[in-house]
Amino acid sequence: MTAITKPSRRWRRGPRWREAVDGWLFILPWLLGFLFFTAGPMLASAVMSFLEWEILTPPTWVGLANFHQLMVDPLFGLVLYNTAFYTFLGVPLYLLAALVMALLLSLPLRGIPIYRTIYFLPSLTPAVANALLWVWIFSPDFGLANYFLRLVGLPPQKWLFDIHLAKPALILMGLWGVGSQMIIFLAGLQGIPQVLYEAASIDGANEWRRFWRITLPMLSPTIFFNLVIGVIGSFQVFTTAYIATQGGPQNATLFYVLYLWRNGFDYFKMGYASALAWVLLVIVLVLTLIQFRLARRLVYYEVEEPA
Amino acid sequence: MTQTIKSPARPLPPEVARRTTQRAGGWRLARRLVSHGLLLTGSVAMLIPLVWMLSTSLKKSGQEWIFPPVWIPDPIWWRNYLEATDALPVPFYVYVVNTFVITFNATLGTVLTSSLAAFAFARLRFPARNFMFLLVISTMMLPGAVTLIPRFLIFRYLGWLDTFLPLIIPYWFGGTAFSIFLLRQFFMNLPRELDEAARMDGASSLQIYWQIILPLAGPALASVTIFQVWGHWNEFLDPLIYINSMEKYTIALALRTFQNIRSQRVNYLMAVSLLQVLPVLLLFFSAQKYFIRGVQLSGLSGR
Repeated sequence: MTAITKPSRRWRRGPRWREAVDGWLFILPWLLGFLFFTAGPMLASAVMSFLEWEILTPPTWVGLANFHQLMVDPLFGLVLYNTAFYTFLGVPLYLLAALVMALLLSLPLRGIPIYRTIYFLPSLTPAVANALLWVWIFSPDFGLANYFLRLVGLPPQKWLFDIHLAKPALILMGLWGVGSQMIIFLAGLQGIPQVLYEAASIDGANEWRRFWRITLPMLSPTIFFNLVIGVIGSFQVFTTAYIATQGGPQNATLFYVLYLWRNGFDYFKMGYASALAWVLLVIVLVLTLIQFRLARRLVYYEVEEPA
Repeated sequence: MTQTIKSPARPLPPEVARRTTQRAGGWRLARRLVSHGLLLTGSVAMLIPLVWMLSTSLKKSGQEWIFPPVWIPDPIWWRNYLEATDALPVPFYVYVVNTFVITFNATLGTVLTSSLAAFAFARLRFPARNFMFLLVISTMMLPGAVTLIPRFLIFRYLGWLDTFLPLIIPYWFGGTAFSIFLLRQFFMNLPRELDEAARMDGASSLQIYWQIILPLAGPALASVTIFQVWGHWNEFLDPLIYINSMEKYTIALALRTFQNIRSQRVNYLMAVSLLQVLPVLLLFFSAQKYFIRGVQLSGLSGR
């Protein structure tokens, strides 16, 4: 009888209640971390973007002044251009390279496992060691890059010291590390049901057609994933530029996060850096949303057939 | 090297295989040769920078400035490795120990707390569970740079600057979104009867997590662990922000300092860089399967 009059108390002592409490307890560490290290700081940086605060002096409310300054800051325009250049040239190039690699590496050939290891290996190189290595490769006088140019009869270049070549050189450097994207593509390729290819062959589709009609559509979710992650990552490029060029020459490789870092930790402009951070968030969000919109038309998702 | 990335090469569909065998064998052979040619060229391109790094690190000072470059140093100068690390202001092992301490503690925190959360998301029913999981997923998409400045201010307020705490403690609060996601996917695939049977015997959620699910999750935990170890070993931005004293530097930071004081001794520079790369390669070759699995699972979230 009490069960009917006081169902809530009954429920509270029941196993479902205990499971719910356990569930919340188990995610509590993550939840606290989320509040203190992600959500809280995000809100804080939103508020701080309206402040002028140089850490040692007390903060003052300046309204939209930081955002206004962004619009007139000539470096900000350059930083956006640099980052967009790096992203819109680099990311598609990496996707294409990783896809071609993955297609080659899924051919039924002898030695494929060894090839796969070799192609994946460079992507493991720690960012700092990687940057130092490529600075040396791009050395104008003694570097490997100019050595190869000489072998094919081209004039030597200044690479990272050349205002026009510095960004392409950094993109080239990233090309060496596409192994992890390649591995993701390989997993995607292996997920394509073999029967599709068999059916297409019986219908007389040649290899080219099978690639465009089966492989590419079936792989489109993986391509989309690599694209989204690639753009987000690319907009945050920091270590390579910090080590390899320090943003130079003439700010040609001053990328977004490097500029943000400088404002925050070199000039101690906490307010301005926070404004930069929020603008970055908005840019990345908008780019991601655009990609999701495009994905609706271009990405093929398998729908489970009702049995 | 034979124990390499495992996953069977896709066999040709039978129909195609039959047709190709019927066709002139020469065509097939040519195709295979071209494929091998492409793959080999790519392999050389991938390996050359690493070989160049090793080669430079073994050159006696002076030889690195020979152009066109010498590939095999003569003599092979192993002493670079000793001399290079001597040039650092603090003994190199200190950096190794620091990096190890951070990597170990941060990874342990991630594995413990993210598996707890993953267990709840995968196997417990509680209100707002799906919404909470959506939050986890959305943080994967969040650019970390957005929280850079306020996080710095928080840790400064706590008096944690120039300690390892900012590099460790956050990972004891849920680790990373990616590891929660990866572990949840794995936990979801374990048979539900395990939990039910244990609950009938009066086991608590904690017991189910610790005594039943975790012991079965070896491969997933290994993937998360290796991924984290790799990430923390390489991490540069966070130590750069939080660590000031030279004796608390990580290897990555030490390399950066070394670049400043020794930029003219590129053979030394390559030697210390290789010291950062080698443990990563060792880790990879000793646990390749889990490494690949981790990368591949990260791609599955796109499906």
